[in-house]
Amino acid sequence: MTDDVDALARQVVEGSPRATARALTWVESGGPRAEALAARLYRHTGRAHVVGITGAPGSGKSTLARALARVARGRGRTVGILAVDPSSPFSGGAILGDRIRMNDLALDPGVFIRSMATRGALGGLCRAAADAIDVLDAAGRSLILVETVGVGQDEVDVMRVAHTVVVVSVPGLGDDVQALKAGILEIADLHVVNKADREGADRTIAELRAMLTLMPLVEETWMPPVLGVSAAREEGIEAMADALEGHLAYMKTSGEADRRRRRMVAARVLRIAQDLVAATLLRPDALEAQGSEATTLLDRVLRREVTPHAYARALLTRMGERTPDV
Amino acid sequence: MIAKVGLDGHDRGAKVVARSLRDAGMDVVYTGLHRTPEEVVAAAVQEDVDVLGVSLLSGAHLTLIPRVVELMREAHAGDMLLVVGGVIPDEDVPVLTAMGAADVILQDTPPEAVARRVRELVAARQPR
Ligand code: B12
Ligand SMILES: Nc1nc2c(ncn2[C@@H]2O[C@H](COP(=O)(O)OP(=O)(O)OP(=O)(O)O)[C@@H](O)[C@H]2O)c(=O)[nH]1
Ligand SMILES: [Mg+2]
Repeated sequence: MTDDVDALARQVVEGSPRATARALTWVESGGPRAEALAARLYRHTGRAHVVGITGAPGSGKSTLARALARVARGRGRTVGILAVDPSSPFSGGAILGDRIRMNDLALDPGVFIRSMATRGALGGLCRAAADAIDVLDAAGRSLILVETVGVGQDEVDVMRVAHTVVVVSVPGLGDDVQALKAGILEIADLHVVNKADREGADRTIAELRAMLTLMPLVEETWMPPVLGVSAAREEGIEAMADALEGHLAYMKTSGEADRRRRRMVAARVLRIAQDLVAATLLRPDALEAQGSEATTLLDRVLRREVTPHAYARALLTRMGERTPDV
Repeated sequence: MIAKVGLDGHDRGAKVVARSLRDAGMDVVYTGLHRTPEEVVAAAVQEDVDVLGVSLLSGAHLTLIPRVVELMREAHAGDMLLVVGGVIPDEDVPVLTAMGAADVILQDTPPEAVARRVRELVAARQPR
């Protein structure tokens, strides 16, 4: 396996689209092979500007990603797009349709688009999002756009992977802007009111600006700009690209970039640790696997000599003992 | 991936198939109408799909499928299965399989049978 992993990692770093595609399949599938690959790629990451694009279903995120990718290409950037769509809670399958809006980009070797399904993840992205972004980053994509599923209020995982978060609104939200106040609107570094070719965009822009003046600023000096664009007509996209570059520059000069990267890495480590714990404990035989001692302990919990809480703690301690050091 | 290539505007079958594959638990990338073979193969490579399904009801399969096969070869997408579906005369089926289609699925195939067939084809192929 090591040979395969080494070869694939090398081809990804060289920028091969086919290897990049296969690497994304590996990280999406998870398991030891995915971890081994991610380990080889990690030191090649950290160069890309990762921009999250989130907003309500149908707000135009995919159309916007296409328009933005075209502008970025004009500015000499290479682009990776990770587009996430929801899995069916019933069958586990998914129809991935974001690509429909971006088909013409497929012929530009400077743009690489990958669709992924949420597969039960609840935060608006897929479980493999951070690893997938690393693959695109290692493959040399200098701008990575991450399109979330159409979100409601609290699917904010994108803030844990993106350096810059774009929240897309559309005209006619009306009172919904108020309703959204406490949700995803809070995580925006840039507000985009898409479909500005339609009536009511000015009002939505004004409402968003009014809302922002009422909101406590998390960061001292960055006031999220509110831009009206038409993704479909490709209007206002140059200004949007400028604003994204502006945010990145602000982050670097203010030191916020380092703080944010640190927060993102911490969140990622914790998330992986949680998944590891869950994967170990959620095995149906998690307790039996601990041997006869576990059965005895379980008996003691049954006899009320030991509390379930104490036993759970003991389980975690023991798991720590069995996990190899870094 | 379910793809519509060329001027063929019949998307009902493609959508029916996409939905039934989703209901069978698969991830299905749908390209939308009027794609070129170049777009479809490039997209299939980026998505690293197990199966590239091309839906054709226009009668242009004998010109479009060879192009798709050629592009797949150029892209070294050898382990990707090509499945053709739609309205295709019986006598063209062996022609398409000789070109490299793993299977040709004709009209009036029940959607569940399509899903079963796709599953069989993928299971028979080497794991990646
Ligand atoms: C509905 C229909 C239309 C609708 C399409 C609506 C839509 N959005 O899809 C409308 C009215 C728009 C239309 C227009 C035309 N149509 Co028309 N249409 C039909 C019709 C009656 C049914 C097609 C259909 O939807 N079937 C139901 C679906 C579920 O079945 P299906 O697509 O075959 O899919 C099944 C299988 O084939 C398979 N499958 C399909 N794709 C795939 C892909 C994969 C990967 C897999 C695994 C399986 C698979 O699985 C599906 C489930 O079993 C057929 C006749 C027929 N009996 O097929 C003619 C037919 C396809 N049309 C025909 C023609 C000529 C036209 C027009 C050119 C007519 C005209 N002169 O204007 C235009 C062309 C439009 C265009 N731009 O392409 C001809 C094509 C002749 C040919 N191939 O040589 C047909 C065969 C009628 C005929 N006998 O002449 N059409
Ligand atoms: N009028 C107008 N329509 C637009 C604009 N941008 C996108 N649309 C349309 O809005 C619809 C949804 O666009 P998408 O880009 O698929 O939206 P999305 O947010 O990616 O959708 P989901 O991924 O399903 O949540 C499509 O019909 C687009 O053509 C725009 O600037 N103006
Ligand atoms: Mg979309």
